[in-house]
Amino acid sequence: MQQAIFTKKLSRIYKLRGGKKTEPKELIALKDVDLEVKQGELFGLLGPNGAGKTTLIKILTTLLAPSSGEAWVAGHNLSTDPDRVRPLINMVSGGESSGYGLLTVRENLWMFAQFYGIPSQVANQRIKDLLEVVGLGDRLNTKSSDLSTGLRQKMNIVRGFLTDPEVLFLDEPTLGLDVGASRDVRRFIRSWVDQNEGKTLLLTTHYMVEADELCDRVAIINNGQVLACDTPARLKRDLQKDAIFRMEVSPLNGAGAGVFERLSGVRKVTHEAKDGSSTLEFILAEEDALGAVVNTMTQQDIHILNLQKREPTLEDVFVSLTGKSMAEVEKSGD
Amino acid sequence: MTTKTSAYKHSLIPQNPGWLPRTFRFAAWLGWQIESNWADPFVFAIYSVIKPISSAAILVVMYSVITKGAFENPVFPYIYLGNAFYIYVGAIMAGISWAVIEDREHYRMLKYMYIAPLHYPTYLLGRGVARFLTGSISVFITIAFGVLFLNVPLNIYAADWGLFFVSLGLGVLMLGFMGLLLGSITMVIVNHVWFLGEAVAGALFLFSGAIFPLEVLPAWLRPVGYAMPLTYWLELMRRALIGDVARAFPTLAGFSNMELIGILLATTAVIGLAAFLTYRYCDYRARELGYIDRVTNY
Ligand SMILES: Nc1ncnc2c1ncn2[C@@H]1O[C@H](COP(=O)(O)OP(=O)(O)OP(=O)(O)O)[C@@H](O)[C@H]1O
Ligand SMILES: [Mg+2]
Repeated sequence: MQQAIFTKKLSRIYKLRGGKKTEPKELIALKDVDLEVKQGELFGLLGPNGAGKTTLIKILTTLLAPSSGEAWVAGHNLSTDPDRVRPLINMVSGGESSGYGLLTVRENLWMFAQFYGIPSQVANQRIKDLLEVVGLGDRLNTKSSDLSTGLRQKMNIVRGFLTDPEVLFLDEPTLGLDVGASRDVRRFIRSWVDQNEGKTLLLTTHYMVEADELCDRVAIINNGQVLACDTPARLKRDLQKDAIFRMEVSPLNGAGAGVFERLSGVRKVTHEAKDGSSTLEFILAEEDALGAVVNTMTQQDIHILNLQKREPTLEDVFVSLTGKSMAEVEKSGD
Repeated sequence: MTTKTSAYKHSLIPQNPGWLPRTFRFAAWLGWQIESNWADPFVFAIYSVIKPISSAAILVVMYSVITKGAFENPVFPYIYLGNAFYIYVGAIMAGISWAVIEDREHYRMLKYMYIAPLHYPTYLLGRGVARFLTGSISVFITIAFGVLFLNVPLNIYAADWGLFFVSLGLGVLMLGFMGLLLGSITMVIVNHVWFLGEAVAGALFLFSGAIFPLEVLPAWLRPVGYAMPLTYWLELMRRALIGDVARAFPTLAGFSNMELIGILLATTAVIGLAAFLTYRYCDYRARELGYIDRVTNY
């Protein structure tokens, strides 16, 4: 089996300079990441803010040097052969509006195609086709500075596919796009990988659904480490025998979710307080444990407003791996 | 590793043929689109006409006060032409280093350019082409102004145009390399780098014999001027246009035109080599520091 991406103990440490007198601190953004992405895969990196997803993409696209470890992309070593990697890859980061504002959409894209050595005619045809796909067909000759942020992002997404890369990196491709546009982009990403044999696509996301429904395989990453890596179905399979309940209850009033965690049969509890109520999610080893949970609630005078049993998601996988929900990780900061 | 991933090698475009001319051409195209974006002709007039002429005018007024109006003295055309051609330094050298900042912070495209299969030093040189063209407009206007209104003794039939274009070509290359050198340094600096190009252009002004012969400098500062290709280039440009007057000056009077060209060639080659080595180092450092896609808030 061919590998489109292969990393060996890849680490990245950022040196942080604080105030003048504090000695430089270090931040470990990636730690000993071993990753294998096969040629032809649609691979997802799923993790909360600050997990290290962008850092990994930057290293794999030659933008950033790793602090240690090695990586290969499309068969070439990144540190010794970046110039052989570059013609074979492309990258788009979402949620930012870059572009030469004084050029039209067509000119922006055409110029990039030229740098990749794509004949003008081929480039122009591809530009037209791809702009249609993302619904920008009528903006061919609009100055890109006149596009809204979301439309500019669509232009950038087109730039990624335009050069027909062997390995395409998309960093949060749907961030900032509206629901319809996100769906179109996801659909296109999937069909691009399916229809072009041997093309590989790695995307990062912190949308569960995106990782779950779109990707062939997903690596769950937190704190710079890959915690699990498999197909979404297999990642969830371990949780399948567990029972997952979502409960909306009256406010916990100081009593944390900890009391429930101590009950036997309860594997993980996450807690989110919203105005006037609390939402608890339980991963139970078996359904019978629910009785004890409900009893405890009665003792504590907590009222159940809503109770739902549901199928495991990748979010639950994340919770079972880290003990926290992605939202909790993001809230607690670094 | 190589055995496992070898399938890609066969589908590979053999080491990216034609990337140098391609990079240069489209970088020049982009630079021209940016430079010629005179949506407002008024802004263009200010930058290409009024600004150079007014800075020349300041010089002329200062000269006239100091020398009590001795415009017939050969010092005057020496200064006037030195100042006029120095416009290229700001345009090309500072312009190229500015392209790094512009791409990185303003358009936020540096990272996409950087990961594209283009040769980045060549890209930067290409970005300088448009700066050369717009700079030429300013230089031309400034000199024409001097000839028409200030009696700068330029006779277009007596000028040595062969020498002029050879020197100009070499000088533009030299300034391109200096721009690459500064641009490379710009890649590893993220804060307060806005004025680097202009600041260096301003500092070198004093050491290049642009507006006074090097003899005016204290003896210990003169070697700076003698080491710089700029000094020889400006001398050649003056000699090409108003030969005898320029040669009336002591600094480089002992050198023939060919000798000056030789020195200019040699120093340009040194600068070129230094620029590429600096680029290699700064490229490596910038990747290590994570500065390629860094945006300073401004
Ligand atoms: N240039 C930098 N200097 C210092 N620290 C950095 C730098 N870039 C990233 N970091 C830190 O490295 C860690 C990983 O950041 P990274 O951008 O890779 O996360 P991410 O998974 O992409 O997060 P997000 O979902 O927010 O995009 C974070 O703690 C971040 O603050
Ligand atoms: Mg990120």
